[in-house]
Amino acid sequence: MLEVILFLLIVVAGTGGELCVSRAMKAVGEVKDFRPAAIVRVIGRALRVGWMWAGVGLMALAFFSLLGALSILNVSFVVPVTALSYVAGALGAVFFLRERVSRRRWAGVFLVSLGVTLVFLGNR
Amino acid sequence: MTIPKIRHIKTYLLIGVMVIAGPLGNVLLGKGMKQAGRLAVWPPAEALHTALRVFGTGSIWLGVASLLTFLLANVLVLSWADYSYVQPASSVGYGVSALLGYFMLSEPVSPLRWLGIAIICLGVLVVGQSNPRSLERSPTGMERS
Repeated sequence: MLEVILFLLIVVAGTGGELCVSRAMKAVGEVKDFRPAAIVRVIGRALRVGWMWAGVGLMALAFFSLLGALSILNVSFVVPVTALSYVAGALGAVFFLRERVSRRRWAGVFLVSLGVTLVFLGNR
Repeated sequence: MTIPKIRHIKTYLLIGVMVIAGPLGNVLLGKGMKQAGRLAVWPPAEALHTALRVFGTGSIWLGVASLLTFLLANVLVLSWADYSYVQPASSVGYGVSALLGYFMLSEPVSPLRWLGIAIICLGVLVVGQSNPRSLERSPTGMERS
C-alpha cells in the first residue's frame, strides 16, 4: 500500500508540478534571449507567478516521495514505473492546459502503459 | 573547425552527459537510501533524525549532484537543439537506470521486466517524436486548440 501511495505522489505531484511550471512559463512568455542577465530576468518574472511556486512545491514533494520509494524498492523497478508521468502528462495536457494531443503521442502513452504493466508483472 | 561541427560535438557531448548523469543520479540515490536504513517521518523528532541520516549519506549528495548535472546539461543543450532531437536521450535513461541497478547494485531483473523497460523506452521515444507544439495561433494572436 505504501508503494502505491509513493508512486501516486511521484507521478501525480511530479506531473502536476511540471504542468504548473509549464503554465507559469506560458504566462511569462517565450524565452528568446539566453544571455545570463536575460535568464535571470525571466526567472524573476516566473517567481512572481503563483503557479511557479505551486509547481516547485509539488516537484519537491515528488522528489522526497522518490527518495522514499528508493529506500524500499529497487532502482530498476522504481525508475521505469515513473514513466507513468508521460500518461499523467498527456491527460493533464488535455484536461488542465486544454492542449490537443496527437495520435502519435497517444500511441507512445499506450506503449509506456504497456511497458509499466510488464514491469509490474515482472516484479512478482 | 567550423561552427556547425563544434555545435554537433557539444550536442553529442552534452547528450552523453545526460544519458549517464541522470540514471547514475537515480542509482546513487537508491544506494544512499538503502544505506540510510528504516525511514520514520512521525513524530517530528524522528523525521528530523531520518533527514539527518539521509542527508548525512555521501551517496545521496553524489546522486543530487549527478541529477543537477543532468538538469544543467539538459537546459544547456535545449538552448540550441530541438526538443525532439534531445528527448530520446531521456528515453534511453530508463534502460540505463535498469542496467546500472543491475550491475552497480546487483539488483535482480527478470526477463519480463527487461521487456517492459524496452517497451517503455520505445513509448517515451514515440512521445518525444510527436509535435511539441500542439496549439495553433489564430490571426488575432490568440491560441486555439
